[in-house]
Amino acid sequence: MRLRYPDTIRIIRVPCTGKVDVLHILHAFEKGADGVYVVGCLEGECRFENGNLRARRRVEQAKTILDVIGVGGERVKMFNLSSGEGTRFAEYAREMTEKIRELGPNPIKTATKRQAA
Amino acid sequence: MIVADKKPIEEVIEMVKGYQKILIAGCNECVTVCEAGGKKEVGILASALRMYFTNQGKQVQIDEVTLERQCDREYLEELRNTIDQYDAVLSLACGVGVQFLAETYFRTPVYPGVNTCFMGVTEERGVWSERCQGCGQCILGQTAGICPISRCAKRLLNGPCGGSTKGKCEISKDLDCAWQLIIDRLKELGRLADYEQIAPIKDWSTERAGGPRRVVREDVRQ
Amino acid sequence: MSAKTPSRLEQILDSGQLAVTSECGPPRGSDIGVITKKAEMIRDYVDAINITDNQTSVTRLCSLAACIHLKQMGLEPTLQMVVRDRNRIALQSDILGAAAFDIHNILCLSGDHQTFGDCPQGQNVFDIDSMQLIQTVRHMRDDGKFLGGDDIQRPPRMFVGAAANPFADPFEIRVPRLAKKIAAGAEFIQTQCIYNVDKFELWMKMARERGLHEKVYILAGVTPFKSAGMAKYMKNRVPGMDVPDEVVKRMAGVPKEKQPDEGIAICVETIKRLKECEGVRGFHIMAIEWEEKVPEIVEQAGLYPRPRMGD
Repeated sequence: MRLRYPDTIRIIRVPCTGKVDVLHILHAFEKGADGVYVVGCLEGECRFENGNLRARRRVEQAKTILDVIGVGGERVKMFNLSSGEGTRFAEYAREMTEKIRELGPNPIKTATKRQAA
Repeated sequence: MIVADKKPIEEVIEMVKGYQKILIAGCNECVTVCEAGGKKEVGILASALRMYFTNQGKQVQIDEVTLERQCDREYLEELRNTIDQYDAVLSLACGVGVQFLAETYFRTPVYPGVNTCFMGVTEERGVWSERCQGCGQCILGQTAGICPISRCAKRLLNGPCGGSTKGKCEISKDLDCAWQLIIDRLKELGRLADYEQIAPIKDWSTERAGGPRRVVREDVRQ
Repeated sequence: MSAKTPSRLEQILDSGQLAVTSECGPPRGSDIGVITKKAEMIRDYVDAINITDNQTSVTRLCSLAACIHLKQMGLEPTLQMVVRDRNRIALQSDILGAAAFDIHNILCLSGDHQTFGDCPQGQNVFDIDSMQLIQTVRHMRDDGKFLGGDDIQRPPRMFVGAAANPFADPFEIRVPRLAKKIAAGAEFIQTQCIYNVDKFELWMKMARERGLHEKVYILAGVTPFKSAGMAKYMKNRVPGMDVPDEVVKRMAGVPKEKQPDEGIAICVETIKRLKECEGVRGFHIMAIEWEEKVPEIVEQAGLYPRPRMGD
């Protein structure tokens, strides 16, 4: 569709969001990501039945952990759409980017820089 | 198996926040099955703690290892050459493993990362429930395979009490009345008449009440 | 059955007359006056007074102490003993304590779980269960021995009772359970309070079919409703309680000021109906925090005056 979405996003493709583990989300933040969002099929339409439901629960778990450790649970979010909804994909991308911009950089990054200095 | 549950991260942070080099040690057996202390949980906790300490401006090294078991000396030996590098070990094994690790590595502070709960079964993924309290004198033959000591809130040997309602225990609608289960099973097995046999007073000396226990098998000892 | 103990309750039952018992809850403090006043109010209207034992797991003055006070007032107390809070050593010890004051009636109970009370974080004991406690008291009385085997110096002479709840689940074992308690040594039974009289009569019928009514004295439990709210509460929130819809409707159908009287009327009707029920040998009137109504209930039910037994 050649729609534009922010180029600050790095896409990691998985066969199903059910493959995404809490550990992957945490590692992303550990390595300096400012935000992580998980995009899966519409609920009820998962190709593998309920992979997207598992993903949602894991995103919730990650949120809780990120809140406790001071990174912020708002930096991770789950979106659902169908593979034909290109426009919506771009929308979500912009929405997420805007939100992360508002929140500022991942505090881990700033803290690491300070330590190195 | 032994069922445990993760300690809240806040509590774990409180325990280890004074240390600079921490080893998180998981266990490949029971706590892996109940998803509280296996390799994955070690990874998640390690990542979370690393980020926490970085955020706090502290330099803390957090390493990960998952042992086959922490209740057997041969597996704990794996740590022999590396343990002295660490100020503290956070063990995600059950209380048994935490203690054995502490006994084996006497000079290293060891902290528990999970709350050990009971001996139980996996009803379904994510739901574990208690089945045995290790009373030391199994009476399951008399109670149609259902244990009144671990599954009755009052451990009545001649139940049910007057609070049993619609097959549920008086303390919670989610808890099955053990005696309802026993009666149903006795019926199924054609042994309902056994219900009227009075179970005698129990000898609790083989249970916790008698003091910490040991099993010694001379025929197997080296 | 001939009386085996000096218990006045046993003597009345043994003589073939209907017995009336009631209960009082001890105070949440050490002011014994609270309970002695209640007991005095019902003195001439009941044959024995149960003193509850940390009912609903709420910590109160102990049953034994209150029973001793009642005994010293010339009343006939029934010691209620739960197995939730004491191990076999303490249970036997308290039984001897009661016997030392010539308390002659004991009701052996499991006890509500401590999560209901004021110390939900406490341990519980359940060293022996209520069935085994019945056996223990009988053993101490009839064999004159402790559980450990040693002889008891001046064994207790207690009339042993147990509770029965015809309304708890599962219904199919409620009569076998009664049989079990009798086999364990129970000599009298006080039932949970009855609102579903049909179900109770069914239970009695099943008990009679096995001849159990001749092996134990069954006292039917009754509790007057103070209000429609109380009826609803007991229907929905109290485990092991069976309150039929018609009874709740009847209470709710009367204006608020008249509800207490309606509750008493229902109670009296229940007693009168059960007087005709073969095997019912008496009534246990539980009017907790409403003890002042017991005299009225006893009178209206035609159970006053109480028999005077030669002491």
